[in-house]
Amino acid sequence: MKKLMLLTSGIALCAGLAYANDDLVSQMADSKQWAIQTGDYKNQRYSELNQINAENVGDLQVAWTFSTGVLRGHEGSPLVVNDVMYVHTPFPNIVYALDLKNEGKIIWKYEPKQDPDVIPVMCCDTVNRGVAYAEGKIFLHQADTKIVALDAASGDVIWEAQNGDAAIGETNTATVLPVKDKIIVGISGGEFGVRGSVTAYNINTGEREWRAYSMGPDSDILVNPETTTHLGTPVGENSGTNTWEGDQWMIGGGTTWGWYSADMEENLVYYGTGNPSTWNPAQRPGDNRWSMTIMARDIDTGEAKWFYQMTPHDEWDYDGINEMILTEQEIDGEQRKLLTHFDRNGLGYTMDRVTGELLVAEKFDPVVNWTTGVDMDPASDTYGRPAVVAQYSTEQNGEDVNSTGICPAALGTKDQQPAAYSPKTEMFYVPTNHVCMDYEPFRVSYTAGQPYVGATLAMYPAPDSHGGMGNFIAWDNVAGEIKWSIPEKFSVWSGALATAGDVVFYGTLEGHLKAVHSETGEELYRFKTPSGIIGNVMTYESDGKQYVGILSGVGGWAGIGLAAGLTNPNDGLGAVGGYAALSDYTALGGQLTVFALPN
Amino acid sequence: MPLLATADEVDNLTAAYSEDGKYYTEDDVPTYSVDEDGTVDWPTYSGFRRYHSECHVCHGPEGEGSTYAPALKVSAIDMDYYDFVDVVTNGRKRVGAAENSVMPGFGENPNVMCYLDDIYVYLKARGADVVPRGRPGKKQPKNEIIREDENACLGT
Repeated sequence: MKKLMLLTSGIALCAGLAYANDDLVSQMADSKQWAIQTGDYKNQRYSELNQINAENVGDLQVAWTFSTGVLRGHEGSPLVVNDVMYVHTPFPNIVYALDLKNEGKIIWKYEPKQDPDVIPVMCCDTVNRGVAYAEGKIFLHQADTKIVALDAASGDVIWEAQNGDAAIGETNTATVLPVKDKIIVGISGGEFGVRGSVTAYNINTGEREWRAYSMGPDSDILVNPETTTHLGTPVGENSGTNTWEGDQWMIGGGTTWGWYSADMEENLVYYGTGNPSTWNPAQRPGDNRWSMTIMARDIDTGEAKWFYQMTPHDEWDYDGINEMILTEQEIDGEQRKLLTHFDRNGLGYTMDRVTGELLVAEKFDPVVNWTTGVDMDPASDTYGRPAVVAQYSTEQNGEDVNSTGICPAALGTKDQQPAAYSPKTEMFYVPTNHVCMDYEPFRVSYTAGQPYVGATLAMYPAPDSHGGMGNFIAWDNVAGEIKWSIPEKFSVWSGALATAGDVVFYGTLEGHLKAVHSETGEELYRFKTPSGIIGNVMTYESDGKQYVGILSGVGGWAGIGLAAGLTNPNDGLGAVGGYAALSDYTALGGQLTVFALPN
Repeated sequence: MPLLATADEVDNLTAAYSEDGKYYTEDDVPTYSVDEDGTVDWPTYSGFRRYHSECHVCHGPEGEGSTYAPALKVSAIDMDYYDFVDVVTNGRKRVGAAENSVMPGFGENPNVMCYLDDIYVYLKARGADVVPRGRPGKKQPKNEIIREDENACLGT
């Protein structure tokens, strides 16, 4: 309908009637394209394509490959729009446009000039989770927080904007969200005392339109104290400062380096905020609002409609930045607009995304032990709060005390690697970590641009389990239950893809692309790519043929802890080599592998 | 292997004397002390903690290295002490077609600089394989002089 209006009404009326990226909306609706990192605005990572299906996926073959020319960790995925594939790399953040009609010939290559001094202020490798597309433009958000709009046809720069300052530890790893006439962008640097924010830029000019900080005065965090709610109750005045001691909120963390989803009917954008800094909870008394929070904000103004703080006063580095997956499902006999979120803290949350009501909060890994669960009684004083187990509380145990056996570890039961949702099965397919930790907080001092951590960590595979460091699970978000679980040797650090062909794809750190049945989890196919996979699986159709693509290139958080293998201190001192080192399985290297059925 | 050769040419590991709970080689370079029952000196234990706060997010657990940063348990033995201090203080860049490796300078970071010798001796103990992976079990107590020096350095 909007397209028709565009044709008849002419450009002059555009601003009021149609937004610049109606183009993106129609591209996302066309399953032949992979026009956005998250699959769609709902972050479902689901494709209607079914040429490759549970019956024939076992015949899958490598169709073609492409070396990115960059080592280090490759997160995110390529995009495909109208038979052109856009491939990005980690720092230096090269973008290639490949002609799918011409055997992947390089149409253009864009390589930004960035000061390499940004590299060491990126907390955990130089990853980048990919470019975005809208209205004939490719949007790259570089490591040094420069946002560049490129002409999708030529690679020419249309506009540039600088979002942050790498000299004080502000960096970027995330993709951007093009929605309506805006580009919504986040920021990294929680381990450098950065105060997190989300900023909207004009899609055509790069001008800044609004910025919402995660903590600070009401005018900074863009709330209306009377109408912005937390679990149905207005947040009141100064909610972004009154749970902090002194000026600690100014270096409060709550960065925004995850994924963004949007509901165009509600005019809301959804995302989560990261850990409060430092990692030493004794240095920041209070709930530290609004770190660790699911946020729903008005797309046009940035004003918050509702918040939900999952982990008040974080004591374990359980960033809340993981994706918010939007679905329409029946719950208690009623059709509702839901938001499902698998948090680093090990809880899977199901919420009403219109009102911010909490419906389900259950552990999506049975080993999670820092909490006994969330108070679900709206009449209770502690409604919505997780009950913290004293033994695993690094706050209660205190500074300079090593709290042991905490599950999950700081990297979470799940990190940013996005889950997928199939409307056919109404199940979520979730890549997870199965790792626990010892955590000892101690006092640190803040220096701009320097790490601001304040804890010593030791991580190891979940004790008394299958010995591996990951699981790939299917989750029922209404019942709050695991339907099936596939044990993995290493953390599953790859984003999943579900398809109408009843197949779910994911990658492993050893480098396998795996296909499993969406109903049972039965493995149907595996292929070992040249390097470990921390990228996300995507699919597209070209010339009547369905393809599945994945970036290999081990690194990221996983490459830090797992490269040398992890030890289990519970096995006693000196027990080394009980767990396999990732370096025994794979080595660095950025490569795209594209699969198809044989002709 | 240059690793052992370097260590053999000049004994950069064996403690020749101790002063206020800290240990030094004949050339006055800081080093570790590990008793027969595995008890480590306080600085080695302190180095374990500080390393896993400030260094491990790039250099991996226990100095083992990561997919993109070198194993410092090797560097601490391969490198001269004064070179080691220089790199930590001022940083180092190796940027080219195949490598994008940048070590930042920590010269203005008290959380690193006040514990630089601790981190160094911990890594040397790891490289010499006299301290296993994981948290050191037994340790000498933190004495008053070390405590005072620490407070003076941190300005607390």
